[in-house]
Formats: sequence, C-alpha cells, structure tokens
Amino acid sequence: MNSFSQMQDKVRDVLRRDRTFNHTIVEENIFLQGTHSVHHNTLDASHGPVLYLEDVSVSFDGFQALNKLSLYIDDGELRCIIGPNGAGKTTMMDVITGKTRPDTGLVYFGQTMDLTQMAEHDIAIAGIGRKFQKPTIFPEHSVWENLELAMKTDKGVWHTLFTVLTSEQKDRIEEVMLIIGLQELCYARADLLSHGQKQWLEIGMLLMQDPRVLLVDEPVAGMTHQEMDRTAELLTSLAGKHSVVVVEHDMDFVRSIASQVTVLHEGSVLAEGTMDEVQNNQKVIEVYLGE
Amino acid sequence: MIINYFFPQFMHKDTGGKILLSLLALVTIMVIIFNFLIPLLLPEASSWHMPTYMVTLLGKYLCLALLAIALDLVWGYCGILSLGHAAFFALGGYAMGMYLMRQIGDRGVYGDPVLPDFMVFLNWSELPWYWYGFESFAFTALMILLVPGLLAYVFGWMTFRSRVTGVYLSIMTQALTYALMLAFFRNEMGLGGNNGLTDFKDILGFSLQSDSTRIVIFSLSAAALAMGYIASRFIVESKLGKTVVAIRDAELRTRFIGYKVENFKLWIFVFSAMLAGVAGALYVPQVGIINPGEFSPLNSIELAIWVAIGGRGTLFGAVIGALIVNYAKTYFTGALPELWLFALGTLFIVSTLYLPKGVVGLFERFQNRTENNKLEEKTA
Amino acid sequence: MKFISQKNNLGLHLIYIILCLIFATNVSAENNADLEKLIPQLQVKNFKKKIASVKQLAEINKPQSITILEALLDSRLYYQKADKSVVIIQKKDHKYEIFSPLDNTKIGLVEKKTIKKITTNNKLRKTIRTLLAQKKISHTELNIRQAALKEILTSSDASLLPVLQQAKKNESDESQKDLLTLAIALIEVDSKDNSIRLSAIKILGNSVFPRAKGKLEQVLLTNDQGSFIEQDKDIITASQKALKRINSKLSLFSNLETLFFGLSLGSVLLLAAIGLSITFGVMGVINMAHGELIMLGAYTTYLVQQAMPNDIGLSLIVAIPAAFIVSGLFGIAIERGVIRHLYGRPLETLLATFGISLLLQQMVRTLISAQNVPVITPSWLSGSLVFNPAFAITYNRIYIFFFALMVFALLMLILKKTSLGLQVRAVAKNRSMATAMGIKTQWVDSLTFGLGSGVAGVAGVALSQLTNVGPNLGQAYIIDSFMVVVFGGVENLWGTLVAAMTLGITNKFLEPWVGAVMSKIIVLIFLIIFIQKRPNGLFPQKGRSSGGH
Repeated sequence: MNSFSQMQDKVRDVLRRDRTFNHTIVEENIFLQGTHSVHHNTLDASHGPVLYLEDVSVSFDGFQALNKLSLYIDDGELRCIIGPNGAGKTTMMDVITGKTRPDTGLVYFGQTMDLTQMAEHDIAIAGIGRKFQKPTIFPEHSVWENLELAMKTDKGVWHTLFTVLTSEQKDRIEEVMLIIGLQELCYARADLLSHGQKQWLEIGMLLMQDPRVLLVDEPVAGMTHQEMDRTAELLTSLAGKHSVVVVEHDMDFVRSIASQVTVLHEGSVLAEGTMDEVQNNQKVIEVYLGE
Repeated sequence: MIINYFFPQFMHKDTGGKILLSLLALVTIMVIIFNFLIPLLLPEASSWHMPTYMVTLLGKYLCLALLAIALDLVWGYCGILSLGHAAFFALGGYAMGMYLMRQIGDRGVYGDPVLPDFMVFLNWSELPWYWYGFESFAFTALMILLVPGLLAYVFGWMTFRSRVTGVYLSIMTQALTYALMLAFFRNEMGLGGNNGLTDFKDILGFSLQSDSTRIVIFSLSAAALAMGYIASRFIVESKLGKTVVAIRDAELRTRFIGYKVENFKLWIFVFSAMLAGVAGALYVPQVGIINPGEFSPLNSIELAIWVAIGGRGTLFGAVIGALIVNYAKTYFTGALPELWLFALGTLFIVSTLYLPKGVVGLFERFQNRTENNKLEEKTA
Repeated sequence: MKFISQKNNLGLHLIYIILCLIFATNVSAENNADLEKLIPQLQVKNFKKKIASVKQLAEINKPQSITILEALLDSRLYYQKADKSVVIIQKKDHKYEIFSPLDNTKIGLVEKKTIKKITTNNKLRKTIRTLLAQKKISHTELNIRQAALKEILTSSDASLLPVLQQAKKNESDESQKDLLTLAIALIEVDSKDNSIRLSAIKILGNSVFPRAKGKLEQVLLTNDQGSFIEQDKDIITASQKALKRINSKLSLFSNLETLFFGLSLGSVLLLAAIGLSITFGVMGVINMAHGELIMLGAYTTYLVQQAMPNDIGLSLIVAIPAAFIVSGLFGIAIERGVIRHLYGRPLETLLATFGISLLLQQMVRTLISAQNVPVITPSWLSGSLVFNPAFAITYNRIYIFFFALMVFALLMLILKKTSLGLQVRAVAKNRSMATAMGIKTQWVDSLTFGLGSGVAGVAGVALSQLTNVGPNLGQAYIIDSFMVVVFGGVENLWGTLVAAMTLGITNKFLEPWVGAVMSKIIVLIFLIIFIQKRPNGLFPQKGRSSGGH
C-alpha cells in the first residue's frame, strides 16, 4: 500500500506539466558562474509561476501544521495570505525559506530550484527575502550597517573580510534609506529605533537584498495609519518587478493592497480569489465567524 | 591627532587600542635599551634595569593577554563562549615543547641522542612518528598554527553545521578540553604524561637561561601581542567583523539575508584557535614547562573571567582583564594563598552581576558622566 | 576508625570472657579426666608417641581438644619449666599470657624464659591437620564445617581423601555436599584410575571455583616442545572440554559483573545528573556549582556521623534528609542571590555559578579541612552478596542502585502528581503564559532550584559511600553530569535515566579493552559527536517553530 502510494507520487511527479528536469537544461551559464558567483543557480520563471508549493505537509509531534498545501505565486504578483491563528501561515514561510523541511511535498523556486534541498542562505541568495513577524534587525549595528550587511553582494567569508564599499553601493544604501525614511537616523544604533522604525528598517534590509520574491510577515503591526498607507504604497510599487507575498491580520490593509487573496485554514488552502470573492465565500465566513 | 600617523586607518577610532599599543611599545623599547643595549655597549655602567625574572613574568602576562584577545574574538564578537580555549593554547605550547625537547639532544639525564628522558625512562626504543619533524623550527612554527587550527576546524565544522549554540556549545568545548587533559595525562600518549615536557635547554641554539634570550622572547611576545591585536582589530572593523556581530545578535536574520553562518563562525573560531596556539608557544619557553594541567577546564573558564572583567567585545578590555587578574593571582598566591580562590570566585560573581561590560564599561560610564557634566555646565 | 577497632576488641574480649565463664561452670563440672591424662603425654620427646597421643586426643569429643590441637599446630602449646605443666600461650607485648589447656582459664603473665615450646615435626603437623580437618568437617555446627571445608579447598591435601569421602556420606546440607564433591574431585584428578579421573574432571568442569580451573590447567600443562605432559588422550580431551565449559561460564559471570558495575556507575551518574536535569532542563539554567552541592551533601554525611558516633548505622538514614535540606537551602540561596538576576543570560549564569563553585570549595577547605575526611560505611552496607566464587557484588553498590531508582521514582512522582510539579512543568513550557495564569513563577523557580539542589545533596550522601570525600569531590562529577543531561535530552527525566545507564554500562564494558582513562575519553568523544548529530539529545522535544528568533 505504502509503496503503491509512493509510486503514485512518482508518476505524478513525472507527469507534471511544469516540471523541468535537471538533465534537460542546457548549462549555458557555466562560464558566467565564476563572475556571478552570487547566483549559484539561475532562476527560470519563464513559464509563469515563480514559486510553487505542491502537496506540502508538515507536522510537529502530531500537530498537522501544513496539510497538503498547494500554492502558486506568479512572477510580479502581489498576494495576500490571511487565515486564523494556527492556520499555518508562518510555517508556510518557514518551509519556503528553508527553516523547516516539509515531511512531504514539493517546493520549487522557478522551474529548477528545489528549495527543500537548499540551505537558508542559499535560498536567500537565490532571491527570496523574508521579513519576520517580530522585527528582527541587528540591534548593535547602526541603521547604515544594517542595510550594508543586507546588501546584495558576494557574501563569502574572505570577500567580506577585505571588501570596501564602492560608491554605487553607497548610493544604493542612501537610496533605500530615503525610501524607508530613516536618513536622519543613519548612524543611530538600531535597537534605539521605535517599533515602527524597526519595521521599516527590516523592509529596507529586504529591499537591499533585491530579492525576486519578498515574503512579508505582518508588516504593519505597530504602525500608525500614516505609516500603514506608506507601506501599502511601497508594497504595491514593488509588485511587478518583484513578487510580494504578504501575511497580514489587518483586513483594511489587505483590502487596500491586494488583488489576490488566499485564505489558509488548518494547513491548507480554503479559498482563493479577490478580496470580495473571498469575503463572500461561505466556508470562509464559517471559519472566521462560526467559532 | 598626530598619533594616528603611527596606526593604520582602521585603528584611528580605537583610542583604547592606541594607548595600549603605545604603552606596550614603550615598555618593550625600554626593556631592550636598559636590559640589553646598555649592558652590551657599556658593560661598566650600572644603570637601572628591570630584573630578568620580572621581564619573564611580564612576558608571560603578554602571552596570556594574547590568549584573552583570542577568546574575546569568539566570545565578545561572535557570542561563542568557548570553555576550551586553553586547549588550543596548550596544543601550541606542546608543539613548542616538543621542539625544545628535541633541542636538548644528548644533554638529558640519560644522554640518549634522540629520545627525550621520559621515553628512555619508560623503556621506549624509538621516537613515535608524531615526534618527527619537530627538530626543525620551521616545521614547529607551522605546527603551532596548524594543530590548534585543525582541531578547531574539525570541532567547529561538526558543531556549527549542526547548529549547536549557547550553553550547549560551551559544555561541548569544556568536554573537549577535559578529554584532551585525560588523554595527555596518559604516558602512552608519548608526551611526558603527568610531568609533561620540561628541562628545556635552548631555543635556536641560544640558551634559555641567558638574560638576552629571555629579553628577545619577551620582545617577541610583545610583538605577537601587538600583531595579534592589530589583526583582530582589522577583522572586527571589517565587514566580516560586522557580520560576526550580526550572527551573535540575530543568527537567523543573518542566515536569511544570505550569509552562510557556519562558515563565518568556523573562520573566526579557527583564527582564534591559531592565535591561542601562538600565545601558548611563546608562553612555554618563558615558564620552562608544559604539562596536561594546562588543559584543565578551570584554566579555560578562568580565561573567560579575564575577558569578562576587562570588558567583552572591545579587544583591549581583554588585555586589561588578563593583566589585572593575572597580576592579582601572582600577588595573592604569593601573599595569601587561601584567599585566592575566594577572590577569584567573588570576581566571577561580581563581574557578571555588576560589571556586564567590565572595567572598560566602568571607565566609559565615568567618561560619559563627566562629558554630560561638561555639557550641562555649558548649557547652564 | 581507630575507635571502632578498639570497640571491636572490647566486644571480642567480652565474648571471650562469657565463653570462659560458660566453660568454667560447664566443663569443669564434667569429667575432664581424659584430657588431664592425655595432655602431659604431649610433652614426650618421641614423635611416634606424640602422634599416638595426638590421635587419642582427637578422639575425645570435646571442643577443648580442638583448641589444644590448634595450639599445637600453631606452636602455641608450651610447658612451664618449673612444674612441667602444659599451657597455651598468647604473646602480649614482650611477655606471654598463659592459659590452662583444660578450660582456657587464664593462669598468668610470664616471662619468655620460664616456658618452653612443645616441639612438632612435619609428620606430626600433617597428622594434626588431618585430624583437625576430620574433626571439624564432621562437626555438628554447620558454620564450622563450612569454614573447615573452605580451608581444605584452598589447599587440597591428598591425604584428606578418606576423611572427605566419609564426611560426604554423613553430610546433610546440600551446598556443603556439593563443595565436598568438588573437594574430592580436586584430589581424585590425580588418582591412578582413569575412570575416576574422568569423572572428577567432569565434576570440575561444572564448577567456577578458581582452583578447579587451576587444576585443569595443571593437567593440560605442556612441555618445552609444546606437547602435553599428560599422556592419556581421553584425559586431555575431557580436560579441554571441561576447561572450555569453565571459561565460558567465567566469561558469562565476568560479563554479568561488568554489567552490574555499569549499572552501578550508571546509578551514580543518575544521582549526580538528575538534580541537574531539573535545574538545567526545566529552568534552562546552567548551574556549574551543582557538583559542589553534591560535595556539600557528602560533607553533611560526615558531619552527621561526627554528631552521632554511636549510631553509624542510623547516621546514614539521618544524613539523607539533612543533606537534602543543606544543599537545598544553599541552592535556594544561589538562586535568589545570583541566578535570579541573570535570567535570560545563560552564559553569564554559567560563569557566575562557576564562581560560586570556587567559593564553596574554598569554604569547605577553610572551615573543615583541605584533606579528605573519613566517612564510615555502616555495617549493613559493607560486605558483599556472593552468588558463587566467580561472581559477588558489594552491598553498597546494590543499595545505591536501588536508592538511585527510588530517588528517580520520587522525583517523577513529584513532577507528575503534585501541584508543585504541575506548576514547574507549566513554567518550563511557557513562562509568560504561566505568569498570566497566576503562577508565581519566581516562587516556582526558587523551589525548583531548591529541589534540584536538594537531590544533589542526596546524591552526595550516596557518593560518600563510594568515593573519597574531599573539597574536589564535585568537580569530578560535573562534566559527566552535564554529558548525561545533554545526552538524554533536556526536559526529560526518562532520557536522563536511559542516558545515565547507557553511559555507565558503555564505560564499564570499554574499560577492559582500553583501560579506565581511555574508555572515559572514548565516551566523551562519542558524546561530542553524538550531540552534534542530534543536538537535542536522545529524546528530543519537537515543537512548532515560531517566527523571529
């Protein structure tokens, strides 16, 4: 029985339309790897979705955090994920960023990168950036240094030992500092910032990474309405060039930014669609109001 | 500031380091002039000079200060409290000890041209393989870096990869040095067992007993401390240094912005172990013995308190702490031996409870207060 | 210790005096004529006649005849030069105490020159030995028979064969009968008759008595060319077979013994580590002074024994709660004074508690002594449980094994069944939630720490029975205890139990191969590697990861 279901999985794996096998890829960038060592593996999103999750399951000591979750994020899309507590939103992000390994299921970045086989830092370098629920920045470093550390560049040990900032890199840091509005606090220690400022700094660090996909966990918690509006503006402006996945509880905020909303419940997708569609979905109403 | 002329760019903001290195240079030059040059050039002139035993004692302290810098790099900057750093120190010391043993030649008690005395005593017929090569100083110098470095690499590679952190890591390092201590106590290890290596005669052909050799070794210790300090300062001021601090404060965040954390930890751990090895190698010819006691967990943990007392994450704080505590130890064990452990124990508690930033932090607080007072006076 | 031995002497003397009184009343009332007649005849110069008198003396069925024969054998039978009366002597300082051979009453204290030894020769001594063995081995008292047989078994004397065979016929005690069979077989191996030899070899093959093995090896001795000295092929094969049997039995017993030593070491590790498991596991606090809390427990035992020198047996029972309270109070003091101020800073806690450990060590050195102190083992803990000549285990280790299990069970009970346990577990799982639910977390922390420290003290009581009690006692166990806790998995008492036993047994089984120190090193290295493979120990607690750190 078990081996049969395993075979079934394999057959399905082979028959998937959007799957490209490693051996069929022409390694044309073999010479580029030396100069562009940042990208170990180039992203191939030529067939639409940039992020695939298929039948992903994770359990902790009997608690099923994700249950056959399937989710596809398109290139340049802005997607909001909502769901009650324990629906598996954070676990989903952990799976994508390599913090948690799924028990079963596929997680692909583009066509070729199997995220379940990659380490966290490789996933980050490949172009997936993440903002945590609780703002995590480097408290003893200045705002400038926080951004410098996040900057997209060679992050090997020897390179970091001898590197000196180029003028373009300095310009880039200043540019981001302007976007997040912390230019006044450039040399302030990060732990002296307010909660909202820390949120902005973390978003700034995300921007410095210049990722293809941004995973943003509760970005507006602790922000004023003004700040919220600016965040909404920033996130919508990022969409298009980047794919943005936002996990948020604040429904007004979600409504203000999202075209597509996915509702998670008990570790799998309950509904998907525009905000209005989702809000009128009977199952969603039951989950949110029925309890 | 004219003094900046003497220091590289990355040290210009490091006031403590500049003072420290200047003092170090001053003392070393004075010792060389008064203890070495004047007696050499003007043998009749009986000028002031430091007694040789004090020169050696000071040289010993300088080696321990270098060891403290090594620990501060990993603990103060990277948050890895290694309770096994004395092991790297001792390994460097043993490498040097083996060289010094081979230098004895046939002048040992048993007069064997190859075998050290303790092997003759144990009826060993030939030199174990790992003793080969130590007759060469160049090989020994290489081993002083390589042996501690390799141990740190293997241990670090296994631990950091499996993400052992915090107190777990501390206990692992303690177990490591404990296991090494037990191993080195065994006669079968071929490194002198209980008694260790001692009765050294000369180094590179110069007698270890002569004053001039001692002054040279002292100067070398001072130079090693200065170079170790400058190298460490360069590291912590570089982006690598900032990354390492980032790892200490928010390891997961560092991973998620694309740094391979274990490589950084490994790099700094290995570098630190090599620094400790050099310190040990310079220490041994000055004290004239290396034995398994150097591996004892107590030594490593005491080392942590030097750094804590001086002030973590400042580098010069580690040097200050090492000098203060070791001077106190010399004084107490001479004058009031029973009180030493009471004093040390109290130091541990006081420094963790009341001096989280050590003596350096105390000084900074004082400085800030006076600056604030000045500001208030101005504004008033 | 000196005190005790004097007391023992006193006891012996008392018994002796009572015995004398009994004999004085009993024996003298009886007719001692036969003894009175025979004793003077021992003085004759002619050894043939002496032997005859000795034989006659042996036939008298009285305890006193044994005493006299033993005295003669030990060269303690003398006669007084003055009146030629025979006496038994006992050397005292430079003089001799003399006793009457008739009833053991003390006659007086005399100078060496006033008495003369009754001489013996080899043949006479051999005769006496045989006669004594014969008398004792058929004695009515079982313990005398057993003692006699034990002696015979260590030096089997071919001449005793008929005596032994006779005794075997009359023997009623089964185990004594088996031993007699063995003793007979040991002699019969050298018999002329091959069939007797073969059956004797077979009997020897069933025994684990050291001499049985020695005897078989003797049969199988080879000469310089490597061929057997023994000519008979049947005998050789039978002996080889028997020896193989013995060896396989012996290796079984030695494995059992190693297993037991392993369990014993494991129980010590369990005792030392279990308190740590609570403080480290439940509170996340590294207490480097844990070893010193164990040491305080051991010193409490010493002090309790000093306070009640007349009740050593009871002192240990009193010491258990005393040590629990002493170490527990110290633990609470450490928690309130230092650790409380360092929550959330585990590395600093480690250093501060290390400082405390130095203070405690030095305190003991200053207040009591820098040397080891003597802790007495009560009589009910000494001695050993003998299963057979190849396998015996000491009582103290048995008791400590069960004691460790009892402490473990009690702690389990406290943590699972009491409200304190419930609160402790709640705080361990989620401190802020527990606070919100109205649990006084600070109070729980203090009590937990006190409990863990108290258990350390109890471990100290047990350890005082196994090792030297000195200021460094704790240091020897601290690293091992940490290894046990980390190996077993934090927050898991069962894990601690399994880990302690596994490490103890592994250590002891490695010891014969590589030596004690090396086996310790191997175990440490194994643990270092293991923890890197499984950072959360044998029984990890898997949990849902939350965002952020």
